[in-house]
Order: sequence, then structure tokens, then C-alpha cells
Amino acid sequence: MPPLCSLPDAAMLDRLQRAAFDYFVQTMNPANGLVPDTSRAHSPVSIAVVGFALSVYPAAVERGWMARAEAARRSLLALRFFHASDQSGSPAATGYKGFYYHFLDIHTGARVWQSELSMIDSALLIVGMLTVARYFDADNAEETELRALADALYRRVDWRWSQDGASTIRQGWKPESGYLHYGWEGYSEAIVLYALALGSPTHPVSADCYAGWVSTYQWENLYDQDFLYAGPLFIHHFSQAWVDLRGIRDPFMREKGSDYFENSRRAVFVQRRYAELNPREFVGYDRNGWGLSACDGPTDEQLDVANERRRLFGYAARGVPYGPDDGTLSPPSVLASLPFAPEPALAALRNMLMRYPQLLTDDRLATSFNATLADRQGRPWISPGHYGLDQGIVCMMIENHRSGSIWRLLRGCRYLVDGLRKAGFGGGWLDAPASAGAQP
Amino acid sequence: MSAGFDAGIRAPADAFERRRLAAVGPVAWNNPLPDAPYHLVIVGAGPAGLAAAGAAAALGARVALIERHLLGGTCFNTGCVPSKTLLRTARVYEQMREAARYGARSPADIQVDFAAAMTRLRRVRSHLTATTSVRQLTASGVDVYFGNTQFEGRDRLSVNGQPLQFDKALIATGARPHVPDIPGLKQAGFLTNASVFDLAELPPRLLVIGGGPLGCELAQAFQRFGSKVTIAQNLPLFLEHEERDAAQTLSDAFRRDGIEVRLNTTATAVHVEGADKVVDLVNGDYRSSVRVDAIFAGVGRRPNVEGLMLEAAGVDCDGIRGVKVDDHLCSSNPRIYAAGDVCLEARYTDIAEESARIAVRNALFGGRERLSRRIVPWCTYTDPEIAHVGMYVREANARGIPIKTFTVPMHQVDRAVIDGEQDGFVKIHVREGSDRILGATIVSRDAGDMISQVTLAMVAGVGLRTLAKVIHAYPTKTEAIREAALAYNRTRITPRVVARLRRWLAP
Repeated sequence: MPPLCSLPDAAMLDRLQRAAFDYFVQTMNPANGLVPDTSRAHSPVSIAVVGFALSVYPAAVERGWMARAEAARRSLLALRFFHASDQSGSPAATGYKGFYYHFLDIHTGARVWQSELSMIDSALLIVGMLTVARYFDADNAEETELRALADALYRRVDWRWSQDGASTIRQGWKPESGYLHYGWEGYSEAIVLYALALGSPTHPVSADCYAGWVSTYQWENLYDQDFLYAGPLFIHHFSQAWVDLRGIRDPFMREKGSDYFENSRRAVFVQRRYAELNPREFVGYDRNGWGLSACDGPTDEQLDVANERRRLFGYAARGVPYGPDDGTLSPPSVLASLPFAPEPALAALRNMLMRYPQLLTDDRLATSFNATLADRQGRPWISPGHYGLDQGIVCMMIENHRSGSIWRLLRGCRYLVDGLRKAGFGGGWLDAPASAGAQP
Repeated sequence: MSAGFDAGIRAPADAFERRRLAAVGPVAWNNPLPDAPYHLVIVGAGPAGLAAAGAAAALGARVALIERHLLGGTCFNTGCVPSKTLLRTARVYEQMREAARYGARSPADIQVDFAAAMTRLRRVRSHLTATTSVRQLTASGVDVYFGNTQFEGRDRLSVNGQPLQFDKALIATGARPHVPDIPGLKQAGFLTNASVFDLAELPPRLLVIGGGPLGCELAQAFQRFGSKVTIAQNLPLFLEHEERDAAQTLSDAFRRDGIEVRLNTTATAVHVEGADKVVDLVNGDYRSSVRVDAIFAGVGRRPNVEGLMLEAAGVDCDGIRGVKVDDHLCSSNPRIYAAGDVCLEARYTDIAEESARIAVRNALFGGRERLSRRIVPWCTYTDPEIAHVGMYVREANARGIPIKTFTVPMHQVDRAVIDGEQDGFVKIHVREGSDRILGATIVSRDAGDMISQVTLAMVAGVGLRTLAKVIHAYPTKTEAIREAALAYNRTRITPRVVARLRRWLAP
């Protein structure tokens, strides 16, 4: 096969998307439909990655990469597993109150690593369930069961409980110590969580919950961009893999005369400017070398820049302009910026692939690299293996860029539409007659 | 490791200490014998009390100032002054170790001389008695009393049993360290601001409990002196009142300095094993313990209201929030006012002094000045420093005020790059759609000095449009403030404005 960089954009994106999709095909446990967090040996399941896996099946069917019946079968495996899973909330259960522990054993589905019951990761799983429920609309037994299970799994989530009586949703809960009290303030990837939580016909969060969260936002002018601040790129992406936020606005964005889609575009320009300024003088940072986001990173190596010992952060949510920044960039976060800022994203991606062809294995992007930590041959440090979250967001965002089909699909999800309206969103497609007749 | 550590807390009675104590707390002192009631009696001679005494005497009032212990209060004796002195020495060691960053060579063998740092602390503190002394106060016409105060009625009190009549009184007794209720802590022994500056020797391992300003400052200083410092804070970030990005920058700086940062962590028990203090820590479901030589319990302060018999004077107060005052700083007894840490939530020297001046004018001349109208900056003197003035974003959001922040990272400022101080930022908050400054946060090595420009602009009612015209000497770090103002100006050049300008420029 010709090297990716030599291909025109459409062909290059097709191969990148296909390779991302194949992560889920290759790694899924055929017994229960669960997908590991990473391709590394003994990786547990990340429930968010299962959400991404579900969400990419429809596009794969449309593109002829997987038969519809096979995609439905795989989706149903996962849905049946979660439906039958232990919801007792005990330390070795799978979930509680309709939410799920962040990391599960891939064979048994039991909680591992003493992980937390994660509200946001559960939301990404649940919205994946609703995605397949929207797509598989046939009248046969499998697809009917699939829709019924997804609906039941959404309806059983006790979103109100996740507030713990506070004005916003808690980040997590552990059977050993109760709710997590980490500060989870400011703009984050949680719009989809709040929309699902507000749209629930069974256990919605309180009506003022979204406003409570928005009150922690920071509207900033940084590098001449007016934008709703969040440092890492993935925050500007995740909710918009599913929810089409083009042209629809909540009260905050109405006041600012912007919208979340435009905001993500500006986030790209902020990243690009930061990399150009490159305050910490890392190798490979420039106008076409950016992408600070949540990703794996080096830990044990020695990093010296200009006689200054720097700290390395391992897996961390890197961000601009306040860091953390240890010279590690996330190419998948660049590619996921495609719908918002296609030209800058493609220019940066091509530049990174030209400079560092080692970023690709079978057309699949590594989660991160650090060119300041190059070996004697000038090869950068590269995170081994692949991460499911990266492959999921890359596959979905390429699809949204190419066809908008996932956005269109979810525009018809009544729960999400209701949630968005309750959060105060309006305008654009939300006011169009079609969304009034949305189905679960 | 700790076998040789001398845990003693005793400042040597050197010439510096003798000079300081003679100036701020003379042993042989005879309280005056007044022949008439005072216009104003001030209880407590910390920053608030001293500012009040100076202001009242200058206005011609008959003033008495009563101090239980030492003039200058916490700030001068066991707070800002000694801590900032120590921070300065600690920074020298940090710069020696980091010399290569600046193209210089580190000394081959950096030996920390803790005793020398403490000697300098005592010397500087003693030197500053030139501006804080009994002699000066009496020369300016203030009657100074040393002793314990008890109110005996709505217009009288006693000092060590000696009755004093007053027309008005001001309570400025300050606050003291709050010792957290951790089982075993008292038995194991701990440091507070009242004792840490008398340490005989540098503790090899130090645990700081609490992430307030003083805890943060001292954690960094002791780490730079060579202690292995762990800081445990029962919240997601340090400096809970500051902006998230500022507190985050501080966490990163701590980690870079090698401090072991334990956020969301509570100390639950302390026990002693040999010479070690072993402290149990809990973060959610994660339990651990840390073995140290000394514990600094820097969490919070409690107002000094006990023993004053305030109920006899009809002054409402409680042990946590202190004396209850209105915005004019008047207590529930119209004759009695309060100022500083004993009645205010924001416990900073500059606020204490300003509140005292307002209270004096309101008390003596029936003024109606309000503390809330004052624009008061404050600063935490970590490296980088964190300074704030005016409103926080969350306050504006809570009050429904549309707010926009102009942010200039210090890496955009030439002088910061030149000085190798790119970490930090200037954030100026304006009312959305206007150039009116609502507040600012600055994180930079000299943020405390830089914030004054924004404070001046706010007091003078100057907006960002005017600040954009203020030329700064190049290269200086305060250019960041002008950069924020220029960024504001650029937002005014809308596409419509550009189109109009193009038409104007067209041939």
C-alpha cells in the first residue's frame, strides 16, 4: 500500500478511519462484546471505549466494512452483558444505580483497579447504546431486542443520585469511600452527560443542574481568540462526537454570540498559537505540530531542555496554556479536530506523519509521541500500542467530517433532544420540525 | 536519618532579638495613668491596631493602645515578615541549584546553612522595629499599655485590672493558628506560625497539613532549604479561594520543586515511633502514612475573642467568625468597632490595616465608609506569587454579571522569557461588552508588585482602553498588563470597523 501521506485527503482519511474501526473488531471479546481500554496485554475494559465501539458500528455498516447483522450481533452482546451485569454496587460488581465502574475485567465484567463508578464514562457508554438503538431500526428479533435493552439501560440510570444533593453532577463514586470530591469545575466534555441526565424520563437531575455547572465556566480572550476555556483538546471534542452542536446555543453561548462547535474551532487556533510560541522549547512544536490533550506519556526517561530538568507526566490531561506540558503530543486529538478546523488539522496531521512515520502501525495512530525524548537515531518516544478512546473519537470525527451521519442519527434521539432543550439549548436544527418527532 | 535532628524551638537571645523585644515588648514597662476617658481605646497592636493608633493620633484623638504580648502582632513577629525573609533565602538556594538554567554554573557543593538563614530572619525583623516600636508610638502621642484586657461595660474596660474609660473602642486582637483536631497531634508535637520561626534546626522531613497561603509558602521554603516536604490538603487544589488556574500553576511548581503533593487528602492520626512522627493519611479509599521529623499544622486561623469579656460590652461574637460587624465595621455595640483578622474572613495585613483606618474614621467622626467599597489586593508569596484584586469569575457568575477575561500568559512577555520566568499569567476580568475592570489575578514571580497597577486602575476608575495607552518601560513584566489592554482594543476592531477603515483608505 502507498504511504498514507502520499494519498489525497479523502483516501487518507478513509484508511485512517478504517484502521481506527478495526481496533474494535480486533480487540472485542467475542463472549461479551466488551472492548479493552488499550491494545496492550492484560488491558481491562474501559466502559467509555465500549461506548465508542457501539457508536462506530453504524458508520462501518454504511461504509461496507461490516455486515449489518454482524454489527447488530456485536452490539447486542454488549447490551446483554450490561443488562445482566451485577448492579449491586459491591466492590466487585459491574455497576450501581445504572452507572458502571470505569474499568472492568474483560472476561468477567467485574470491577478492576478499585476504579470509580464513573458518571462521564457511563454517559459515553450509554450514548453509544442510544446510538445503536437509533440505527438498528429493523423489525427483526435481534434489532427489536437491541432497542429494548438500550432503552431499559438508559432508563434505569439514576442521574439524580449522581448529584449527591449538590448543584452539579459528581464525578464518581466508590463503594469504599462514597462520592469522589475531586473538583470537577469549569467547561469539560460533560455536555453529553448533562443532556442525557436532564432528558431522562425516569430519574432526571434537577432542572438547575446545568446552570450550576455553567456557572463555573471561564470565558477568556487568549491569543486573540474569545473562547470558553478548557486546556486539553479532547474536552472540546468528546460530546460533539455524538451531539451536533453546530448552530444550537445554550444561554451561555447565546450571551457570548458563539456556539460550542465554533468554540472547538477556536480551541484549535489556541493550540496552534501555543505550539508556535512553544514556551518550554520542546522539539516538534510549531504551527503544524500541536495536540495537547489527555494521552499516555513517558515517565521513566530523563528530560532535559536547555539545561533544565523537566518533569514527565505519564498518562495525563495535557493542556494549553497552563500545562501540564512535557513535550508529549497526541496526534489523535489533532485528527479529531477535523470537523471543526479541517485545514489546520490536516496540515498538522500530514506534517506529523511526514516527520514521524513511526506514529502509524497498520494505518492506526499511536496515542502520543514525544520528540524531545528522541533516541540516537532521532526517533521520538512513542507510546506503545493503541488506545480505544483515540480510535473511537478518530473514527467518529472522521465520519462526522465526511458525512455528518452520526450527528444526524443522534439528532433524532428524543432523550438527547429533550435534555438539550432542558439545558436551555435552542436555535438551529433543534428548532426545525424534524427534531420534534425524535425517537428514543 | 532523623536521629540527629534537634526538634527544639528556641530563638537564641542574640542582639537582634534583644533589640526587637525591647522595641515591641519591653519587659520593664509602666502603663500610663490616664486622667480622662480616651476618645479611642484600641485592643490589640497588630497591623490593624497600629494603623488605627497612627490614624487616630494623627487626627488629634486621645488614643490608648493595649497589647497583650508584642507590638506588630502576627504579621510582624510570626507571620509575613519572618516568612518572607525566609522565602528570600530559600530562593537563593533554589537559584544556586538551578544556575544552569540561566547559563551559570551551580556551586559544586551546596551546603544549606539553616542557622544563618534564621539569623538573617532575626536581623531583618529587628531592623524593621525602626518602624514598629513603643518609642515611636508614644512619641506620636499614643498611650501604650501592655497587659490583658477585659471589657467591664459598654464604655469601659480594664487592663490588668486598671480601669479605662472610652468614648469609642476598636477590637483588633487578630487571630491565632487553629490546631486541627487530629488524634495524637498534640502529643506528637507540631509547629505553627507562632513557633516555626524559632526552629533550632532544619527538619530533614516535614509534613505540612493544609494548603492555605502560609502552609504553601513554608512548604516551598523548607523544600528549598533541603527538607523533604510533603503537603497534604483536604481539597482538590491549594489556596481554595484563588482561581483554579492559579492554584494549578502552584501545584505544578510544587511538584517541580520536588514537594510531595497530596491533594484531597486528610490527616487522620499521628503517633510517635522513636524520634519519628508517623502521620496517617486518607484520600478516598487510599490509605497511607508518612514518617516525618516535624509537622506544620497551618490550617486556618481562629479569631482571638476569648477572655475579652465581650458579652459585658454587648458585643456579639463567636469563636469561629469572631466579632460580628457591619460593613462600617461597627459591632452590636455602637461604641465598639472591630478591624482585621478578629472580624474579617480575608485575613491579610493590607485588609487589616485598611479596615482599621475606616473603622477609626467611622468611630471618631461618625463616618459611613464601607469596607466593601474598598478595592483590596492580596498576594501569596510562593514562587511564582499569586496575587488577586477585585472580583473572581465565580463571584461574577453567581451574581449574574457577564464577565470576560483577557489572559496574557507570561510566555508572551519578553522580560519573563529573558528572566526564565515564563510560568504564570495575567488575567484581567472585565464586564462583558465594556472595558470596566472587575478584577484580576496575576501569577508571576513578582505578582504582588504587578497587581498594584490593576488596583490603581480600578480605584481610579480607569478601564482597559486607557490602560492600553500606558507606556511601560521595555522590557518589563508589567507589559503583560498593557498586552491584556491591547488585546481588548483588538476585539473592538470588528469586521464592520475594518470594512469602514478600508473604505476610508481606498484611493
